[in-house]
Amino acid sequence: MKVTIIDYGAGNVPSVERALQRLGAASERTSLPDNIAEAEALLLPGVGHYSALVRALDEQRMRRPLVGAIQRGVPFLGICLGLQVLFASSAESPQLHGLNLLPGKVCALPSTVKLPHMGWNQVGRTRESRLLAGIDPAAYFYFAHSFAAPDSNGSTAATCVHGALFAAVVEQHNIFGVQFHPEKSGDSGMRLLQNFLRIAA
Amino acid sequence: MSLAHRIIPCLDTDGVRVVKGVNFVGLRDAGDPVALAARYNKEGADELVVLDIAASRDRRPTFLETIRRVAAELSIPLTAGGGIRTLEDGRAVVRAGADKVTVNTAAVERPELISELSREFGAQAVVLAIDAKRNGSHWNVMVRGGRDSANRDGIEWAKSGAAFGAGEILLTSVDRDGTQAGFDTELTAAISTAVSVPVIASGGAKLPEHFAQIFKEGAADAALAASIFHDGLQPIRTLKEFLAARNIEVRLPC
Repeated sequence: MKVTIIDYGAGNVPSVERALQRLGAASERTSLPDNIAEAEALLLPGVGHYSALVRALDEQRMRRPLVGAIQRGVPFLGICLGLQVLFASSAESPQLHGLNLLPGKVCALPSTVKLPHMGWNQVGRTRESRLLAGIDPAAYFYFAHSFAAPDSNGSTAATCVHGALFAAVVEQHNIFGVQFHPEKSGDSGMRLLQNFLRIAA
Repeated sequence: MSLAHRIIPCLDTDGVRVVKGVNFVGLRDAGDPVALAARYNKEGADELVVLDIAASRDRRPTFLETIRRVAAELSIPLTAGGGIRTLEDGRAVVRAGADKVTVNTAAVERPELISELSREFGAQAVVLAIDAKRNGSHWNVMVRGGRDSANRDGIEWAKSGAAFGAGEILLTSVDRDGTQAGFDTELTAAISTAVSVPVIASGGAKLPEHFAQIFKEGAADAALAASIFHDGLQPIRTLKEFLAARNIEVRLPC
């Protein structure tokens, strides 16, 4: 099994690639629609502005093959913005459309706390999670974001709180997403990526 | 359950080797950045900062190679900087494997640099480094390695930098740097409560009590130190255990 990493120019692609290498997984980077359509497993790392990701998906004609592959059941893991884009839209760029595979709208975290939500935080499991299997419930993960998806539907597997409660891990059939950066989260993050590789295998 | 206070070792390099100095002068060799990075990653550091304090144009390719080799050792975030003057400089550092870029003197001279980097990489990737020196009842911003005054007020510059798009402030007390007399609690609290972005306190750390104090009284979100970690005087794990015992939220690796 090979993991296809969608490379739209996000800064965290090399570290995701390195993490997969350490786990012994084969991976390829791509921004080509055909490669996405034929992928066995898809990983979308994202960091930065929501609009840069959505525009890249549309301008490079990746949206349709991506949604098609996910709807056919290809295992998908979205990291940070890669989780946010699964939802219908984001307050960061209200005029743009997300992939709309999960219902709800990504919102800004409240300005009553320091933003970005930057650093290591714990997550609270709301139900059985395949991504978090075998990981200490007290484990910390590295977050770096100012917008977040609401915990408003059944896809949430774990939540986190920073000013407000938000979805930290989403899981629905073959769709997986994490708001934190597993590729930057030490051993706990490596374990999570390994869990995804097992699910996808 | 809340956000952990971060402990961040800093590697001041001449591009190739880690160097040490007091108040930005009198440098001496303190080791191999790649070996130190691997050690800190394993010991439970929350992030790592690598700076090119020489920041000479000719040695930039060597520093970028150092970033690449350091990044390959890490499964925690990496911040790199020193001599970042343009968007292109920032791109090179990110391409080499840094998750965040620090800007200092060039941002004081041209704050738009912060916005340019922030637009391209997101605010979470832009760290505004401020070197502050006490002047009566306020703090002056210092530039060019802490040598020259920029004739700007530290608090005002921190606020302005965040408004330009910095996602974090790395605040160094020029007065305390290298003295091991403890962090500047007053400076850090003044800046941290004035801005809405996280603040990393730097300069003066020696004892575990200094870290407890900067988190409790200085309102710091993270604390950075160099030589005490390099020398092995202060293992990161025992520092975190000390803080946890004082009810300061830290990430204790399992």
